[in-house]
Amino acid sequence: MMKGLKKWRLFALLTALTIFLAGCGQQELSTLLPAGEVAKDQFNLLLLSSGIMLLVILVVVLIYVIALLRFRRSKLGEDHIPEQVEGSHTLELVWTVIPILLVLLLAVPTVYYTYKLGDVSAMVAVNEDGDAENLVVDVTAKLYWWEFEYPELGVVTAQELVVPMDERVYFNLIAADVKHSFWIPAVGGKLDNNVENVNKFYLTFEKDSRDLDEGVFFGKCAELCGPSHALMDFKVKTLTRPEFDEWVLAMQATEGATADKDSADMGEAVFANSCISCHAVSGVDDPAYMGVDHAGAVGPNLTTFGDRNRVAGFMDHDEESLKNWITDTQKYKPGNTMPSFDHLSDEELDALTGYLMGLTIEE
Amino acid sequence: MSSVAQKKGFGAWLWDWMTTVDHKKIGILYFLGGAFFFVLGGIEAMMIRIQLLNPESTLISAGLFNQLITMHGTTMIFLAAMPILFGFMNAIMPLQIGARDVAFPFINSLGFWMFMFGGIFLNISWLAGGAPDAGWTSYTSLAITSPGHGVDFYSIGLQLAGAGTLMSGINFLVTIINMRAPGMTYMRMPLFTWTTFIASAMILFAFPPLTVGLFFLTFDRLFGANFFDHTMGGNTIIWEHIFWIFGHPEVYILILPAFGIFSEIFPTFAKKRLFGYTSMVFATVLIGFLGFMVWAHHMFTVGLGSTANAIFAVATMAIAVPTGVKIFNWLLTIWGGSIKVTTPMLYAIAFIPSFVMGGVTGVMQGAAPLDYQLHDSYFIVAHFHYVIVGGVVLGILAATHYWWPKMFGTMLNEKLGKVTFWFFFIGFHMTFLIQHWLGFWGMPRRVFTYMDGQGWNLANYISTVGAFLMAIGVIVLVINAIMTTVKNEPVANDPWGDGRTLEWATQSPPLYYNFPQTPLVRGLDTVWIEKQEGNKSGFTPAVPLQDIHMPHGSIIPFLMSFGLFIAGFGAMYRLETAWGLPLLIFGLLWTFVAMSVRSVKDDLGYYVPKEEILEDMKREGGQK
Repeated sequence: MMKGLKKWRLFALLTALTIFLAGCGQQELSTLLPAGEVAKDQFNLLLLSSGIMLLVILVVVLIYVIALLRFRRSKLGEDHIPEQVEGSHTLELVWTVIPILLVLLLAVPTVYYTYKLGDVSAMVAVNEDGDAENLVVDVTAKLYWWEFEYPELGVVTAQELVVPMDERVYFNLIAADVKHSFWIPAVGGKLDNNVENVNKFYLTFEKDSRDLDEGVFFGKCAELCGPSHALMDFKVKTLTRPEFDEWVLAMQATEGATADKDSADMGEAVFANSCISCHAVSGVDDPAYMGVDHAGAVGPNLTTFGDRNRVAGFMDHDEESLKNWITDTQKYKPGNTMPSFDHLSDEELDALTGYLMGLTIEE
Repeated sequence: MSSVAQKKGFGAWLWDWMTTVDHKKIGILYFLGGAFFFVLGGIEAMMIRIQLLNPESTLISAGLFNQLITMHGTTMIFLAAMPILFGFMNAIMPLQIGARDVAFPFINSLGFWMFMFGGIFLNISWLAGGAPDAGWTSYTSLAITSPGHGVDFYSIGLQLAGAGTLMSGINFLVTIINMRAPGMTYMRMPLFTWTTFIASAMILFAFPPLTVGLFFLTFDRLFGANFFDHTMGGNTIIWEHIFWIFGHPEVYILILPAFGIFSEIFPTFAKKRLFGYTSMVFATVLIGFLGFMVWAHHMFTVGLGSTANAIFAVATMAIAVPTGVKIFNWLLTIWGGSIKVTTPMLYAIAFIPSFVMGGVTGVMQGAAPLDYQLHDSYFIVAHFHYVIVGGVVLGILAATHYWWPKMFGTMLNEKLGKVTFWFFFIGFHMTFLIQHWLGFWGMPRRVFTYMDGQGWNLANYISTVGAFLMAIGVIVLVINAIMTTVKNEPVANDPWGDGRTLEWATQSPPLYYNFPQTPLVRGLDTVWIEKQEGNKSGFTPAVPLQDIHMPHGSIIPFLMSFGLFIAGFGAMYRLETAWGLPLLIFGLLWTFVAMSVRSVKDDLGYYVPKEEILEDMKREGGQK
């Protein structure tokens, strides 16, 4: 009996502790653990608005509880006829003016931050040499994956956004098929990828993704876009500026890389036969290459596939998941546009996954 | 046409309900139709929550899940909440203003049948290859590419139901303007009548945009138009604007009548006049007006630009002021009153903190930069359920208990009512409170599953358990309703004992002509005034006893709606079948012929002779 009680106590304590610790969510994707300037601005606004709103709730609940305790018919008797009060101008004035003041208190920072976060004028700023001063990333959302192109650097990648830390990174957002919405909860609020116009905004990344349990920030699609909307995840890697420059150089060095049908590497040959018409293995955005512009590709660019954190944006990054994915894409991401390659032999599949996992530009 | 209960055959009984133009019967039809769809939408909600109970669940497929969320939202808003509120408006509002019926009984019936056929049309999609799956907002880039006929069922079904709503709205407006009893000035109207009035005015302006938008969508999908196809010069953002220009006022169309319901219940069970009646009326008008000024706050992340976002953010926050006025007026109504906690009062008491929670999270999302984080996350799911369930549904449940005796002539069991309340109330907060945090923790809405390891598991589990509690509450309510109906113990005019408005001065349920004589209204809460002055009936006639003019029933509204219903199928299958186009033409012709018959045939109604009314009065007098 005592033992059971003790166990129960321990359980309750653990539960309470878990709930408390979980109160802020996971740092890979919680808006309550902001990892950048934009998310911090928004978090501050959250604190301010929550504070005002808790005050309102407190006042309402106070009056409410007192009224409910004091004015019960069971206390006053069935025959008690309350005074039929019409109203009170003073009171009504009070509860009109005070809410107006509270709303104003919230409205001023709201308007300030709206303009601050909407300011993308620095996007076109250039230095003396005519080079862009700020990093710009073009994000194209497709069913159900993300393409990230760095137009000034001539580099393109997919599914895993790589960005430098501690500077404003500007984004051009558009959707290639239906509407999507680009959201990295820990780093800042979302903006829609519309089909007909480019949306622009900026984010700042101030936390090293290598310090996270998962090693990456989680990005989400926030607009219903079809059956696999829930699985349209992407990941974000943050690097220091010098590391980022190195990454860009390594990407640029993959210029012209391709897969050879006659390669001695069976995986490369399979890739050249089955995959390369949709998936590029060069990270350089070269319109002349194979007649297709990489940005605007049919399938995600796989140049850095071996460096990535997930397969298909959400599955574990291992050979088993990769094989499952390749052989039955509809089972794992219903409605996506990649055909299933269930006709590949086990040997071919082994070789292909080995080849894909070897596509890496990081040491 | 005698009021004496007669033994009738089933056929005659059915015919009576199908042809009725009596506002009380149409009210009951609306109520029962809405209740049916409420249960259906509830089952869809339970399937959603069961799928989300555990991470990476494979119980329900991704495609089916999207159909479920779409139909849950569409059903609950258009086919459950609105019709049930219309049921109360129909059954109660004419009584509250001392009218014999609504201004246009025929159109009233037409409105109901349009809603019913629209609802059936929409739900036939489940059996005809899949329900709509683009969300209840049906954003067009997805909606115009959605395969199959799901979205066509959405656009045509809502077109039918929406037309019915628009008719009813106009009907209520005309009724309230023209048919108030002598002495019932605007500033003596009960708050439920006022909110019906404002909600109807909002319907008048909000539903035409929906009609236009749905026609665009239908034509894009079925007749090769390109309103929303950006590759052909169309624009998808236009749909978002059109939808929310309708959609935001719609929220207030739902919540204002609920406010009205609570404004009736608080004074009744606190035995005290509504505090600040005048400011309540003006707050209602102001909310109705501002409701049209804030639609773009649903679109802060669409990229409308900083200036548009800032303007709509401030306008949104402004609505908090009149809403706050209402909350404090209710608080001051019970302050100093004599509170009796009946089941309806229990709901009213629970409404205040629940709705305040939903209101303040609304203001938080009104802060545009913060909304960039909260938009389309589970936070918004929590917010609008706090508003719709904590406001509208609690209002509906309160009114169900409060007006059940007036509508059906018998009382719902109070004990079971309280059981329902506690299950529903605790389940509601358990389901949705935690969802605010799910939003903070980065969980997007409308996801058919979620991966393990994102910290969302426990919260989703709690949420689903809460949903089961709500379901138990609703089941108890259904049992209560059935038991009460079977027992059928008749009640007096004013079974609550503290009725203040005119509906409590006539029989429960009222005779088909409502009042033997048109009542005289001597002030706000006229029944209360009469009773305080010693007039136990609470009723003073304004005119001598005379013959009463009443409208005839008609099957034409049913036939007109049915024609449009089959024309809808014709339009949908026009391209792939040979019978589609003929069916479309036939359906439209059918409706047109029915309309012509209505126009050509003179129906001047009939008179209830004075003698019959006298007899009814004697019998009623003898019973009590």
